[in-house]
Amino acid sequence: MENYPQLVPLLILIPAIGAFFNLMWGSRLREEAAATIGIIASALTFVIALLLYAYLQGSGFEAAVVNPPFFDGWIRLVGIEIPWQMRVDTLSVTMLLFVTGVGTLIHVYAKGYMHGDSRFARFFAYLNMFLVFMIILVTGNNFLMLFVGWEGVGLCSFLLIGFWFDKVKGVGWRNSNAARKAMIVNRIGDFGLMMAIFLTFWTFGTLDFYKPGELAVPAGAHGEEAAHSEEAAVAEGEGEHAVTEEAAVVDEHAASDEPVYTDNEHIPTDQLGVFGKAQRYIAEELDVDLGPFSLPISTVITLITLFMLLGVAGKSAQIPLFVWLPDAMAGPTPVSALIHAATMVTSGVYLMVRSNVFFHEAEFTSLIVTIIGASTAIVAGMIALGQWDIKRVLAYSTVSQLGFMVAAVGIGAYGAAMFHLVTHAFFKALLFLGSGSVIHGVEHGHHLAHGHGHGGHDDHAHEEEAHAGAHDEHAHAEEDFDPQDMRNMGGLRRKMPVTYITYLIGTLALAGIFPFAGFWSKDEILADSWVAGFYDGKLSGFIALALLIVAAGFTAFYMWRQIVLVFHGEPRTAAAERAPESVPSMIIPLMVLGFFSVFIGFMNTPAGIGFDSIFGAHAFTDWLGHSVLHAHAGEFNVLIAGGALTIAIAAIFLANGIYSRARRTVEAGQDPLEIRNGVSTLWRVANARMYWDQTYSRFVEQPFNRASKFLADTLDWAFWHDYFHDTVLAKGFRTMGRILANPIDLGIIDGIVNGVGRLARWIGGFLRPIETGYVRTYAVTLLIGVVVVIVLLLLPLIQRG
Amino acid sequence: MENTGLSLVTVVLFLPMVGFTILLFLRNSEQIKWTAFGTSIVTFVASLLLWAGFDGNQPGLQMVQQWEFLPQVGASFYLAIDGLSLLLVILTTFIMPLAILSSFRAHVLHERGREKLYYMLMLLLEWAMIGAFVAHDLIVFFIFFEFTLVPMFFLIGIWGAENRMYAAIKFYLYTLAGSILMLLAILYVGNAAGTFSTPAIMVMIQSGELVIPFDGIFSPQSFLFLGFFIGFAVKVPIWPLHSWLPDAHVQAPTAGSVILAGVLLKLGTYGLARFAIPLFPEAAVAWAPVVAVLAIIGIIYGAWVSYAQTDVKKLVAYSSISHLGFVVLGLFSMTTAGYQGAILQMVNHGISTGGLFLLVGMLYERRHTKALDAFGGIWKVMPIFGGLSLIITLSSMGLPGLNGFVGEFTILMGTFGSDVLGFFFALFATLGIILAAIYMLYMFQKVFMGDVTHDENNHLEPLHWQEYAVLIPVVALAIIIGIQPAPFFATMGATVTDVVAKIAPFITSVAQLP
Repeated sequence: MENYPQLVPLLILIPAIGAFFNLMWGSRLREEAAATIGIIASALTFVIALLLYAYLQGSGFEAAVVNPPFFDGWIRLVGIEIPWQMRVDTLSVTMLLFVTGVGTLIHVYAKGYMHGDSRFARFFAYLNMFLVFMIILVTGNNFLMLFVGWEGVGLCSFLLIGFWFDKVKGVGWRNSNAARKAMIVNRIGDFGLMMAIFLTFWTFGTLDFYKPGELAVPAGAHGEEAAHSEEAAVAEGEGEHAVTEEAAVVDEHAASDEPVYTDNEHIPTDQLGVFGKAQRYIAEELDVDLGPFSLPISTVITLITLFMLLGVAGKSAQIPLFVWLPDAMAGPTPVSALIHAATMVTSGVYLMVRSNVFFHEAEFTSLIVTIIGASTAIVAGMIALGQWDIKRVLAYSTVSQLGFMVAAVGIGAYGAAMFHLVTHAFFKALLFLGSGSVIHGVEHGHHLAHGHGHGGHDDHAHEEEAHAGAHDEHAHAEEDFDPQDMRNMGGLRRKMPVTYITYLIGTLALAGIFPFAGFWSKDEILADSWVAGFYDGKLSGFIALALLIVAAGFTAFYMWRQIVLVFHGEPRTAAAERAPESVPSMIIPLMVLGFFSVFIGFMNTPAGIGFDSIFGAHAFTDWLGHSVLHAHAGEFNVLIAGGALTIAIAAIFLANGIYSRARRTVEAGQDPLEIRNGVSTLWRVANARMYWDQTYSRFVEQPFNRASKFLADTLDWAFWHDYFHDTVLAKGFRTMGRILANPIDLGIIDGIVNGVGRLARWIGGFLRPIETGYVRTYAVTLLIGVVVVIVLLLLPLIQRG
Repeated sequence: MENTGLSLVTVVLFLPMVGFTILLFLRNSEQIKWTAFGTSIVTFVASLLLWAGFDGNQPGLQMVQQWEFLPQVGASFYLAIDGLSLLLVILTTFIMPLAILSSFRAHVLHERGREKLYYMLMLLLEWAMIGAFVAHDLIVFFIFFEFTLVPMFFLIGIWGAENRMYAAIKFYLYTLAGSILMLLAILYVGNAAGTFSTPAIMVMIQSGELVIPFDGIFSPQSFLFLGFFIGFAVKVPIWPLHSWLPDAHVQAPTAGSVILAGVLLKLGTYGLARFAIPLFPEAAVAWAPVVAVLAIIGIIYGAWVSYAQTDVKKLVAYSSISHLGFVVLGLFSMTTAGYQGAILQMVNHGISTGGLFLLVGMLYERRHTKALDAFGGIWKVMPIFGGLSLIITLSSMGLPGLNGFVGEFTILMGTFGSDVLGFFFALFATLGIILAAIYMLYMFQKVFMGDVTHDENNHLEPLHWQEYAVLIPVVALAIIIGIQPAPFFATMGATVTDVVAKIAPFITSVAQLP
C-alpha cells in the first residue's frame, strides 16, 4: 500500500490515452466502443483515487510527493527549477475522489445523452482530456503545474462549450461566441494568477507548495494554536534567524517556555516549500526585495493573494468576472454538470484553500474575498430568480454557491469551503444532469408531438431516430420551440418520475433542507461566519452572515420556483405532454448522485448533536486538517441552523404559493412576480441579468473594439503606414535624391556606374525570367547599392591597412 | 586560432550552397523540387549532428573555423557555434524543409513558373541565414545579414501577391536604411579594436584593453549601441519601426512569410542578444528601460492592432510584433531567465508563427483569399486540419503545456526578477497574454467555428500528405518543447550564464551614475 502514490502518473496517463485514442480513431468506432473507452478511462482514475485514499488512511495521512518517470523536470533554468511533481495529500485526494467519481458518472450519463451526435467520440475525448488537466490541477505540487491544469481545463471548457459550433442559423456562432468569451474572461483571471506566481517565486525562490519530506501541517500545530505560535514567534524573535526559526515551530506551548519541536524544525529555510517559507518569513517579519521596491512580507502576501483572487474570480466565476459562466451553458448538458458546476469552477476555491497559509495571513485580502464571495452569492441568486431557461437558473445558482465557498474562504473557514465544494459537486451535478434529462425529454416530446413527417409515434425504431436527430436538428426545433424554456414545461413529474424524485432531492439539498447534504455544508459556512463576526470581531464575518443568509433564502426560492414550473401542475405544451423518461444510462447516474446528495453531508456533521457515534464529529474537516493548516472545525449553532432552515422552508412555501397558482400567467409567458406591484421592477432587473453583460459590452468591449479599429486603421495604417512612410519619408527621400543627384550626376558616380554596368547586365541576364524590366532594374540597383555602400565605407580602412 | 580541419559548422553552412550548385544543372521540375527539399533535409540532419556534438556545459564558442578574409581590415571568416546560435541554426534548418515542401503545391509557382530560380533562392537564403547565425566576425556577419535581403527581395518581388513590388522594395530599403547606422558602428568598433572578431573584442572589453567611453545615455558607447540597436530593431521589428512588416508578410508567398517570420526576424533579436548587448553592456543597461518600454508597447500595440484586422495574414503578421516584443523584453531584462526565455521564444515564435503562416497558406491555396469573412465553419469541413490549427493557435497564444507558454513565462519571470526592469514592466507585459487570447481566438473562431456560411467552403479539398508532413512536425515540436523544454534550456544555459555574468557588473555601475 505504501507505494500506491506511484500510481499518480497513471491518473494522467490513462485518460490521456483515452482522449488520444478517441481523437485519432474515435470517428471510426461505434458509439458503444468510443463511450466504453472513455468510461473505462474515467473509471480507472476513480479506482486509483480510491487506492490513494486507502494509502492515506493507511499511512497516517502522510502526504506523498511523486516524480513521474521519464519527465525529469520541466522548466529548468539557471537558478529556477520547476519540476513536474505530484502531491498526494488529503486535500488533493479529496478533489481527486469527487472529480473522478462525479466525472465517471457523467461519462456514463453522456453515453445516453450524446447518443446520435455526429461527433460522439470526440465528446468523450474532450471529457477525458478534461480529466487529464483537472487531475494535473489538483495533484500538481507547484503553482505552475496548477496553472497548467488551470489553463488546460479552460481549454477543455472552450472546446466543450463550443462543441456544437457548427449548428445552423447562427446558433453555432452563438455557441462559439460563448466558448470564446469563457476563455477570454478566464485569461483575465489568469493574468492575475500569473502575476501571483511571479510574486511568489521572487519572494520565496520556489513555486513548490511543500518540498518532499516537509509537513504541511506540523504535528500538534492546528487551528488557532498556529496563530498563537506566530504571535509568540513575533514577540520573541527579533528578526534573528536562529531565534525565529526556533520560535516559528513551537506550538501553543510556547507560552509555557517548553518548546515542542515539530518535524519541520530540522529543515533549513531554503529547503522549504512556499508555504513553509512563508510561515518563517512571517515570523521573521522579513522585508522582501522586489527590484524597484522593498516590501514587508505581509504586504507581499496581500499582493499575492489579491492577484490570486483575480484568477479565482475568473475561474470560479465571481464578481466581476462571472459573466462567462451563464453563457457557458451553450455546451452540452453533461459538460455543464461536470465542468461548469461540479469540478472546474471550483478550482478557484481549491487554489485558495491550498494557499490557506497565505490567506490566513492576509487579512485585508480576506475581507475583499468575503465581500466578493458574499455579493456574488446574493447577486447571482437574485438573477437566478428571473430566468426562464432551466439551465441558466442552475448556472446562476452555481455562481451563487461558488460565492458561498469563496466567502467561506474569506472568513477563514477553509474546511467549510471545501465541505460545501464537495457537497455542491454532488447535488449540482445531479441538478444539471436532471435538467439535461428534462431537456432531452421535452425535446423528444416535441419531436413525438410534431412527428416531423413520420407516421407511428409509438414505435421504438422511430423513437431512436428522433432521438438521434435530436441534436442535429436542434436548430430546427429551436425555430419556434425552446426545449430549455421552463414555460414550455410543467407537469413533468408524472412523465419523468425518476428525474423528478432525484431533482427534488437535489433541490432540497441545494436549498439546505435538513438532513440533505447542502444543509450541513451551508450551515457550517453560516455558523463559521457567526463565529468570525461575533467571537473574533471580524467585519468579514458580519458581511458574510448577512448576505449569505439572504442568498440562502433566494436559493430555496428559485429552486422551488423551478420545481413548480418544471414538474408540478399540468403540462403547458404538447412537448411536455409527451415527454418520455430518459434512458437507463442517464437515469442511473441520477440515482447515484441522488444517493450522495442525501448522505454526503453526514461526513462532516458537527460535534455534539448526536451523530458523533455514527458518523464521527467533523470527520471531513479533521481529514482535511492533515494538509490544510488552517482548517478548523466549525461549531454547531442551533440558532443559525434553525434560522437558516426556517428561512429556506419559508422561501419554499412562498415560492410554492406564488407559482402553483400562476398557471395562466406563466402560459402567457410572464412571471407572477413580473406583474406584481412592488417587485416587478426588481424582477425585470433580475431577468435582464442586472445588465451586467450590457454594461460590459458598452463600457469594456465596445470601447476596446473601437480603440482596436482606431489603432489599426487610423493610427497604424492611415497615419503611420500611409502618411508618414509613403508621403513624408518617401517624398522627402525623393526630393533629397533630386537635390543630391545634380552635382553627383556630373561625373564622380558615372565612372563607378559604368564600371558596374557590365556586372549589372550580367546579373540582369541571369534574372531575365522576371516579367517586367521594371523589376529587374530595381533589383539590380538595390543589389549594387549594397555592394557600393559597403565598398565605399570599407575603402578608407583598406587603404590604411 | 587557425583551424586547418573542416568544422561541422562549415559543412552545415555550405550544404545549401552544394544544393544550389546542383540545381544550376537541373531542368526537370520534379528533380529540382526534390533536390531542393533533399538538400534542406540533409542540412537539417547535419545541424542535428551539430547539436549532438555540442557540449552544453561549455560557455564559449565551439567547432571553430577560421579563415582569412580581408586581412587588411582585420576581418576573418570566423565561424563557430555556441548556446546562442545553435538553436537558431537548428530552427533555420528545421523551417527550411517545411517551407520548401509547402511550396510544392503552391499555386503561384505553377502560375508564374521560374521554379528553378525559386528553389535556388530558397537555398541561397538558407545559406545566408545560417551564415549570419554562425559568423563571429562583425563584417562577415554584416555581409550575411544584409545578404539575406537579396533572395527574400526576389521571393517577394516575383512570387508575391498583387502589390509585391511595393512590399519588396519597402522591405529592402527599410532594412537597409536601418543597417547603415549599424555598419558605421561596426566600423568604429573594428577600427578601435583593430579586429572585427567579436570573441577578441569581448576579451578586450573584459580586460579593459578596449574602453568605449560611457558616461550616460548620450555618450559614444550609447551612440554605437543605438547604431546596432536601430539596425536590428528594424529587422525585429520593434515598435514603431514595424511599418514594413505587414506589407512584406501580406505580399510574400507562403514560404516567404514562413521564413520571414520563422527565421529572418530572429536575425534582429539574435543580433541584439549576440552583439548589441554584450558589446556595449553599459549603454545597453542604461537604455534597457527605454527599449523595454518600446517592447511592451509593441506587445500591447501589436496584439491590439492584430485584433482589428480583416485579413488573416495581416493578423498573423501583427501578432509577430507582439510576440517579438516579449523576446526583446526578455533580452533587456539582463537576467539569465529572461535571456534564456528570449532565445527559446525565438525558436517558439518560429514554430508557432511559422505554423500559422503555413495554415494560412493552406487555406489560401483552397480559397484564393485571405479575408477572414470568407471562412467560417472550416473545422466541420476539415476536422483534422481544424484540430492541428487549434494546437498551433494555442501554442501561439501561450497555453501552458505548449511551447509558447514556456518562453513567455520564463521571459516574464526574468523581467519580474530583473534589477533593471522589475515589477511594473512585468505587470504590463503580462497583460499581453490576455490580448493574445483575444485576437488568436477571434481568428480561430472566425475561420474555423460557426456554421459554414459560404458554399465554396463546403467543398474544400482534404489535406494532402505533403501538407500533413509539413504540419505534423510543427505540432509535434510545439508539444515537445511545451512539456520538456529542459534540453533546450540546457543547450544555451552555460553560454547565457556567461553572457549575463559579464553584463551583471555594469548593472550596478550604471545604477550609480548620476
